[in-house]
Amino acid sequence: MTAGQGKGGGRAGGRLVRRHTVWTRLTHWLWAVSLFFLMLSGLQVFNAHPVLHVGEESGFAYDNAVLAIGATGEGAAARGFIRILGAEFDTTGFLGVQQGTVQAIPAALTIPSYRSLAAGRVVHFFFAWLLLAVLALWLVAAAATGHLRDLVPTRADLRALPRDIADHARLRLRHGRGYGALQKLAYAGVLFVLLPLMILTGLTMSPWFNAWFPWTLDLFGGRQTARTLHFAVMLLLAGFFAVHMLMVLLAGPVNELRSILTGWYRIDPDQEGGAG
Amino acid sequence: MNRRMVLRAGATGAAVLGLSACRILDGDTSLRRAMASANGLTWRVQRALAGGRSLAREYAEADIRQGMRPNGVTDPDAADYLALKAGGWADYRLRVTGLVARPLSLSLADLRAMPVRSQITRHDCVEGWSCIARWTGTPLGLVLDLARPLVAARYAVFHCFDTIERGLAGEVKYYESHDLIDAWHPQTILAWGMNGTDLPVANGAPLRLRVERALGYKHAKYIHTIELADSLAGFGTGRGSYWADRGYDWYAGI
Repeated sequence: MTAGQGKGGGRAGGRLVRRHTVWTRLTHWLWAVSLFFLMLSGLQVFNAHPVLHVGEESGFAYDNAVLAIGATGEGAAARGFIRILGAEFDTTGFLGVQQGTVQAIPAALTIPSYRSLAAGRVVHFFFAWLLLAVLALWLVAAAATGHLRDLVPTRADLRALPRDIADHARLRLRHGRGYGALQKLAYAGVLFVLLPLMILTGLTMSPWFNAWFPWTLDLFGGRQTARTLHFAVMLLLAGFFAVHMLMVLLAGPVNELRSILTGWYRIDPDQEGGAG
Repeated sequence: MNRRMVLRAGATGAAVLGLSACRILDGDTSLRRAMASANGLTWRVQRALAGGRSLAREYAEADIRQGMRPNGVTDPDAADYLALKAGGWADYRLRVTGLVARPLSLSLADLRAMPVRSQITRHDCVEGWSCIARWTGTPLGLVLDLARPLVAARYAVFHCFDTIERGLAGEVKYYESHDLIDAWHPQTILAWGMNGTDLPVANGAPLRLRVERALGYKHAKYIHTIELADSLAGFGTGRGSYWADRGYDWYAGI
């Protein structure tokens, strides 16, 4: 975002700067909520057919599965498994079987927590619309405020990338006015690559959308491949979330949370000069 | 201190929301209705963007790599159905009733004598799987043209032989409905053939619907009557189909 006026003084460290516009903060929390509900309701939907295939259709008389979660045996003897590209792992207690219940993804990770494909779909599509609306709102606001430029890595960022990686590896995190090279890549990757991919692979599972826009079937290599990619991108988003939380904790949770709630961010004293 | 309180309140609120969401989504609550209104939005957007005649993809013969996976009821046990089956469907009649100028009663031979459409399409089950098969049958629009629907007709309701549920309130028969845009869509057919043979019982014999831009449960099997109606209020619990009455979206385009 554009650099705001500094607020003088403060405790140890540098001064407080206005880091995030109200649009950035509002949309951040709206899609935090959306993605939370989308992921857990998506796992509910996944439970109705916990197998991921490649191609247009699902192989029943032949095998085109790349991932399957299931169970063998019955009652107390039931064993849960996950099969990834032919390699099978026992996941009894977590995936496939939990306390004698045969269910791919455990209830604690699904919305609603009871088995209901119908309710899961209601939640999923509600938040899918919300995510789309928030993304559109963000795009307009970010273009209007110049925030889009904050996310695009510059040549200088790319030159600074090796140093930025080394700094992160040594946990030497800088608190500057702008985003670092890795931050830009991570945020731009989520906003411009992962979320559009999520929306497009999701729509490619829609028979109506296929009739209207058949080329995404070819782009992704079939409806079932699109479903598999939808799942894979979900895992990438979950990975982003995990790293995002870790970085907030390492970079100073109070300062980071303050900035995404109020907009005010305390920068390092040596970052006062320019973009960090 | 203030911020911490705000954070704590927010975290508590999120936890309460998460927990209570478990139950308030159950049944016909206002939250559930509000969220499900997104499905109405989906329907309107889909109709606005591709309302009319956009066609579902049709595949090549080589794409049929397996038999058609059946779902739902696969062997109806209603007495009237069993009697017709025993007679090789000779006495089967498709009835077209309701808001039509000319009610119809058509045998399978009548239907087969009409123009035929054959298409290799992908069936997408709401559960997530897909299966490709060839479907052969009579375009529904031609049958409805014969019956001459009245101006007031807005929906085609499909009544089926199969008992999908047996409860304390008695037997529940499968039913489904479509708006007239999908009813007259060029790929919407009353199928009596599949993969080059007569439609098997497991897949809906003697007659089933194919509506290629909708999920599998919209493709009613074991059809005996098509009723044209101006409202869905009088059927089931009023949401337009067996599965819609149980919380699934009526317009299953996604």
